[in-house]
Amino acid sequence: MSGVGDAPGDGEVVLRAEGVGMRFGGFAALSGVDLTVRAGERLGLIGPNGSGKSTFTNCLAGVYPGHEGAFAFRGERLGKLSPHERARRGLARTFQLPRPFRGLTVIENIRVPLAYAGRHEATETRAMACLEGVDLAGKAHRLPRELTQVELRRLELARATALDPVLLIADEAMAGLSHAEVDQILALLFRLNEAGTTIIMIEHVMRAVTEFSQRLAVLVAGRKVADGAPREVLAMPAVEEAYLGR
Amino acid sequence: MSGATLPAAAPLAAPRRMGHGAFWLASALAALALVAALRALGSEYAYFAATFVLQYVVLATAWNILGGYAGYVNFGAAAFFAAGAYTTVAVGKAFGLPLLPCIAAAALVGGALGLGTGVLTLRLRGAYFAIATLCLSVVLQTLVVNWDFVGGSRGAYVVRPREVPWPFDSYGGFLCAVMVGLAAGAVAIARTVEKSRLGLGLAALRDDEAAAEAAGVPTLRLKLVATTISGAMMAVAGAPLPYLGSYIEPNSAFGLAYGVNAIAMPLIGGTSSWAGPLVGAVLLASLQQAATVTISSAANLLIVGVVLVVFVCAAPHGIVGLFRGQR
Repeated sequence: MSGVGDAPGDGEVVLRAEGVGMRFGGFAALSGVDLTVRAGERLGLIGPNGSGKSTFTNCLAGVYPGHEGAFAFRGERLGKLSPHERARRGLARTFQLPRPFRGLTVIENIRVPLAYAGRHEATETRAMACLEGVDLAGKAHRLPRELTQVELRRLELARATALDPVLLIADEAMAGLSHAEVDQILALLFRLNEAGTTIIMIEHVMRAVTEFSQRLAVLVAGRKVADGAPREVLAMPAVEEAYLGR
Repeated sequence: MSGATLPAAAPLAAPRRMGHGAFWLASALAALALVAALRALGSEYAYFAATFVLQYVVLATAWNILGGYAGYVNFGAAAFFAAGAYTTVAVGKAFGLPLLPCIAAAALVGGALGLGTGVLTLRLRGAYFAIATLCLSVVLQTLVVNWDFVGGSRGAYVVRPREVPWPFDSYGGFLCAVMVGLAAGAVAIARTVEKSRLGLGLAALRDDEAAAEAAGVPTLRLKLVATTISGAMMAVAGAPLPYLGSYIEPNSAFGLAYGVNAIAMPLIGGTSSWAGPLVGAVLLASLQQAATVTISSAANLLIVGVVLVVFVCAAPHGIVGLFRGQR
């Protein structure tokens, strides 16, 4: 396994997390997490429920500005930047449960990031291109309530990709999906990665994580206990213990 | 892995819509037609009734920019409305200015009040925000009651000018034409906001603020813009009030009817579109005016309550929602 906090390869460092921690009252949800992610990488971030994965995501996305430690995104300290300022810099995320704008049509959902991220003109053509990327162009003028669960997941991904992200955090994008639907989402994520987007996949579907990730980082009780090649990490006693118990 | 994808269906066509310029022009033409029709009637009561209904069109449309588009329920509409009315009294008394400059001053005061309220309260959400706006009404009313320059608790008389601007034959007709213009302008502003980038951002934050932030929407800034526009327009709605009855006092200017109607009218008409508050205000205000002359003015709020309950149960997305598939 590579050294803790180091990403394999020598590409540009996209994200560097240093000593990130978060406390809720007396409870430490996250403690001293270091993580480095390089351009184009596919990182799997795993851990049992309550291990701090979502807290880490929220700290990175700017939802918890009061966290300990620091994030540097493409060399820039994120500090107290608000979530929308981080999104505009190319830091995109999806949510564990799809959170579409329910009063807006599918294409209007895509027009929101296009109109506000400012990286591309918010044209109908560009919005349709984002929807075509997730095979939702045929439902562009439907409302989210008319979509199936997997379509909502794809809409969530399309909205994130409309930001033209440098780094995408896919937070449990496959939770509750069937085998075939997991394959659909995996295909989309691979396509995005091939187009140059660095991806952090937070997932409980181990088949998807091992198939997708070039590297795995494991959080247990708010601490990073492993970071390295998937096969080596999954064979580590600390990881086995976290998932299966002693 | 498998490269599973779904076959892409043919995209549905987007509905065509009128451009901003065309809508403003249509609003202006509708306003001219309405003024001409009222002039043809030539009745002072028609002028009064139309002014009464149209002030609610402005108030409800203004409320809806924050309450409907952004989903932030403002219980302090009466405070903004009264701020506009008392700006007319104060500016008219201090500088001797006629109605139109007073309306402009009311817009500035209402906008500043809206911005200030937004800065202080927009980190609150849901019921907490609603309660904070309710407090604003109480605070402002207390200030006005203790401000002798505008009459304090005794109220103030506002005498209509003797000279009637050309081409009107009475001041009531002029006042009505001004209100028609304000209503047309308010509806056009609301529609412009709704169909613009700002409206898209407000709709996103109304549905899910965290998701909107994650999509790059500066939610706090947009809410401040919405409170400022909404506040300015609500104050504009109240600015002609002193000339309508020639007398104003705090209990009526800050009356419960304004606060309740400002919320009920968009809810009954539909909050997601500019047409909702327009339809709701025309329907409810006309009903109240009819009740005032046939039954009693005391029945007004009872009518609002009954109609609101019926619509919340039968048409939760309002009248416009019934025709739009409950969007």
